[in-house]
Amino acid sequence: MIRDITIGQYYQTDSVIHRLDPRVKLAGTIIYIVTLFLVGNIWGYLLATLGLAAVIKLSKVPLGYILRGMKAIGFLLGITVVFNMFLTPGTPIFSFWIFTLTWEGIRTALFMGWRLILLIISASLMTLTTTPNQLTDGMEKALKPLNKLGVPVHEIAMMMSISLRFIPILLEETDKIMKAQIARGADFESGNIIEKAKAMVPLLVPLFISAFRRANDLAMAMESRCYRGGEGRTKMKPLIYKKADKLAYLYLLGFAVITVFVGRL
Amino acid sequence: MELEAAISMKESIKSILKTEKLVYEYKQLDEEGNVEGVNRAIDEVDLDVQKGDFVAILGHNGSGKSTLAKHMNAMLFPTGGTVWVDGMDTGKEEHVWEVRQRAGMVFQNPDNQIIGQVVEEDVGFGAENLGVPTEEIWERVEESLRAVGMYEFRKHSPNHLSGGQKQRVSIAGVLAMHPMCIVLDEPTAMLDPRGRKEVIRAARGLNDVEGITVILITHYMDEIIHADKVYVMDQGKIAMQGTPREIFSQVDKLQSLRLDLPQVTLLAHELKKQGLDLPDGILTVDELVEALGL
Repeated sequence: MIRDITIGQYYQTDSVIHRLDPRVKLAGTIIYIVTLFLVGNIWGYLLATLGLAAVIKLSKVPLGYILRGMKAIGFLLGITVVFNMFLTPGTPIFSFWIFTLTWEGIRTALFMGWRLILLIISASLMTLTTTPNQLTDGMEKALKPLNKLGVPVHEIAMMMSISLRFIPILLEETDKIMKAQIARGADFESGNIIEKAKAMVPLLVPLFISAFRRANDLAMAMESRCYRGGEGRTKMKPLIYKKADKLAYLYLLGFAVITVFVGRL
Repeated sequence: MELEAAISMKESIKSILKTEKLVYEYKQLDEEGNVEGVNRAIDEVDLDVQKGDFVAILGHNGSGKSTLAKHMNAMLFPTGGTVWVDGMDTGKEEHVWEVRQRAGMVFQNPDNQIIGQVVEEDVGFGAENLGVPTEEIWERVEESLRAVGMYEFRKHSPNHLSGGQKQRVSIAGVLAMHPMCIVLDEPTAMLDPRGRKEVIRAARGLNDVEGITVILITHYMDEIIHADKVYVMDQGKIAMQGTPREIFSQVDKLQSLRLDLPQVTLLAHELKKQGLDLPDGILTVDELVEALGL
């Protein structure tokens, strides 16, 4: 079950999109999502879909791979569509009990579903084409101005990248503890939800203890390698905008302006 | 008195690491936080490590050898006595970062000391912290990875490496900080025999080829036969010191300190007891074969 977690999944290949600065991709995703919410007619949606399709083509990530990630939200999508169809007031088509299907409902539901699909594909495209490390680097640099407001930007980015590094290690450890407890007769499978939750205690306690021990060791290793926060630190892989990144910003803005303009006609 | 201090300071500059009457105590607290007792983990230890040496510190569990290691790069501060690294007193707060740069440290657990998600990024971490310019970091990372034979793995994720490979990456990470000496705190305790060989070979390579001072802390006797000098610790004190041959000729004393001898040394010792004419302190199979005249 724990192997299904796919946060920050990365699709390894070499493409224009993969090579872009992570800040461009972060900004691009946000601008695209805002654009989606400003668009109100079918032409706007078509344009937005076309734009996303072009980026997917450029990214060389297979469409099937992206759509597989959509399965998880299929249920949510279904509920949204059905509720919108029946609960939007307007010209009724037919009705039973307290539900009324309306023309306006169908229209809203379709647009809502379409918007959600585009939104999730665009967001997953960002994680598919950017390594977690690049993402945290990009966030650190993009949010640097917040440092003046007392937000510990560097520390947050460091914590994120360390957590990402330790996810596979802790997963492996969970697996090991689970097997050790099963060998001692622990039962993680049967019983109702409360019994199952109780069975997790002998798994979680050793896991927590070991995580704290690791954190202690790691802190010592970092200090012995002269880590003392973000001050005076240089970067091995500094983020510098290249020509392609500037061009990408230009395309992005042009696309957003045209789409919003068409979408609000 | 002042003159004496000045002289000893000057001497300690020639040696890379020196401790004088080093004492470290930790307090045992009961549940209310009252002092229950004081434990002396290190008891008046005098050490002197010269530049370019390969020094081994031996001891069984709880002999204080890891506590001693942590004094060498200012992770712990002496309760009494002094530690000098390259002539700097580690007890002075303004020296802490310089001491840690000069005396790099590799720890026991290979998983818990790798920070980067890619091998090359982890090796660059220490250099980044020191504020080294970007191009120079890349140069340092490349030469360090080559020195430990891990250059082909620079783009790999550390999660997919073996224990021995991870430890070599950790050594490279310390090397990239351009230290004067490397302290290896039981680097092989969690490795399989093959990984142990890899790590010891890498450490010896650094000492032979690059001339870096290496301090190896271990409880495996067969790892220290190539050392220039060996210190044996017991109950916080230095129980024996000398060359490996001198140490290994005292088989009975080593056994009373609960240390395992290399099998050949033990065999030669037993043969000698039975009346065979053999020299003391045989360290390798070849030596024994030669001594037996086979």
